[in-house]
Amino acid sequence: MTEKQILRKKILDMIEKNSRIAISEIAVMLGEDELAVANELKALEDEGVICGYHTMIDWSKTSLDAVSALIEVRVTPQRGQGFDSIAERIYKYPEVQSVYLMSGAFDLMVILEGKTLQEVAQFVSSKLSAMDSILSTSTCFILKRYKDHGTILAAKYEDIREPVTP
Amino acid sequence: MREPVSKKTAAIKPSGIRKFFDIVQEMDDAVSLGVGEPDFDTPWHIRDEGIYSLEKGRTWYTSNAGLKELRIEICRYMKRTQGLDYDPLTESFVTVGGSEAIDLALRAMVDPGDEVLIPQPSYVSYEPCAVLADAKPVIIELKGKDDFRLTADALRDKCTDRSKVLIMPFPNNPTGAVMELKDLEAVAEVIREKDLYVVSDEIYGELTYSGRHVSIASLPGMRERTIVINGFSKAYAMTGWRLGYAVGPENIMSQMIKIHQFAIMCAPTTSQYAGIEALKNGDEDVAMMREEYDRRRRLLLHEFADMGLPCFEPFGAFYAFPDISGFGLTSDEFCTRLLREEKLAVVPGTAFGDCGEGYIRISYAYSMDDLKKALERLRRFISKL
Repeated sequence: MTEKQILRKKILDMIEKNSRIAISEIAVMLGEDELAVANELKALEDEGVICGYHTMIDWSKTSLDAVSALIEVRVTPQRGQGFDSIAERIYKYPEVQSVYLMSGAFDLMVILEGKTLQEVAQFVSSKLSAMDSILSTSTCFILKRYKDHGTILAAKYEDIREPVTP
Repeated sequence: MREPVSKKTAAIKPSGIRKFFDIVQEMDDAVSLGVGEPDFDTPWHIRDEGIYSLEKGRTWYTSNAGLKELRIEICRYMKRTQGLDYDPLTESFVTVGGSEAIDLALRAMVDPGDEVLIPQPSYVSYEPCAVLADAKPVIIELKGKDDFRLTADALRDKCTDRSKVLIMPFPNNPTGAVMELKDLEAVAEVIREKDLYVVSDEIYGELTYSGRHVSIASLPGMRERTIVINGFSKAYAMTGWRLGYAVGPENIMSQMIKIHQFAIMCAPTTSQYAGIEALKNGDEDVAMMREEYDRRRRLLLHEFADMGLPCFEPFGAFYAFPDISGFGLTSDEFCTRLLREEKLAVVPGTAFGDCGEGYIRISYAYSMDDLKKALERLRRFISKL
């Protein structure tokens, strides 16, 4: 890796863990010039490497209802377009969180966020299954999130070390 | 009844850290930058090997010197990091942390009246271990103006006919100082000239931020007179496993193992299995943690400069040793008031030797968030002085 690539990797690692970190702080911690970091960030945004600055929320800790489902979808690829056009028809629905093309027993993995179980069921039966090229769907609801995006949700970090040691 | 305690033991001063520990314990919302151990958990694949060994029923003693497979990995590590060849069977053995190895090395090497040269500020156990081995500790004062490195002149000044062992505590706790190759070369010349032996405590060796750590044993003519002490506590975040080791020439190792077998039997078996995994597959974890410490180190130095706290740049371990002499307080007063007024615990430099006066030790083995919160308290305290 070139020096620039290493710097980019380091910036991305830091910002992926904490998107609210100040540019000045990244610069201090990496021992780099603030302007250089700002330019690199700008470039990463322009190139679409950084696609957004989202927040990780554990909705289960709020009083709001939210269910998520992973839906395995088998489709007939369309001539000349492969899976892209059917994927597009699926991902344009705002309640669809993610769509991945997969290797293995099925073709598309669709991650759906709905308010209620009924809402998810409704989407699968009336929208997804009704699409022409879809052969079958298999819906798995998420019962509990233990770890998401590298963050363990189950346990809160607590410093239980002896406070003063040699 | 007769006095139950030996005069030798009674004369040893209790650790200067105790007092701060006691005050912190009685506070509810104290924040600490006083720990001497990593904030990371032991990497899971290493813990998993320990657990697996228990599941398989590996709950027996190992040989006194430790599992052969672990000693082979230790010697491979010395080869790949320092280019040094040690025979796993006769020139290495596994201890209960680096601390045990310090004790054993001194007990195995000194006779009553022999002098042990101890550079300070340094880890708290060298001096008491020397005393318990009936040696005479001779303190070499490291200076802020030398970035707390040991110089050839400072060493030469303290050498006498009775000088036998030099402790080399680098990378250093509490200062964070390192010895680079040129520094080691100058000191090694005096060591060979004065025919000294070296106990090189390299427990923080992996946590070096200015190029790779160099062991003094790798310098010409030094291998046969150096015992290298290292362990898993700092590099792999394994303090609670109590696992360390010593490598060195067979004539000394065999005597250290003799004491070890009578006093300890063997290092914890579970820990030894975990240690094999650490040395075989832990390099990436070490690199990740080193990188993280380095970022905190830079942040810390930046904050110190910003709040007007002078500090030389530490290139090793996870400590900074800022100079507080300009505030008109002793180290002890500074730390006591900081704890009382801002509920922030740090350790006075004097806990690591009298020459630590005028300094405090700040550990950056904390999450970035905790570090920032604590530094705010320090900033507020300093602004009031």
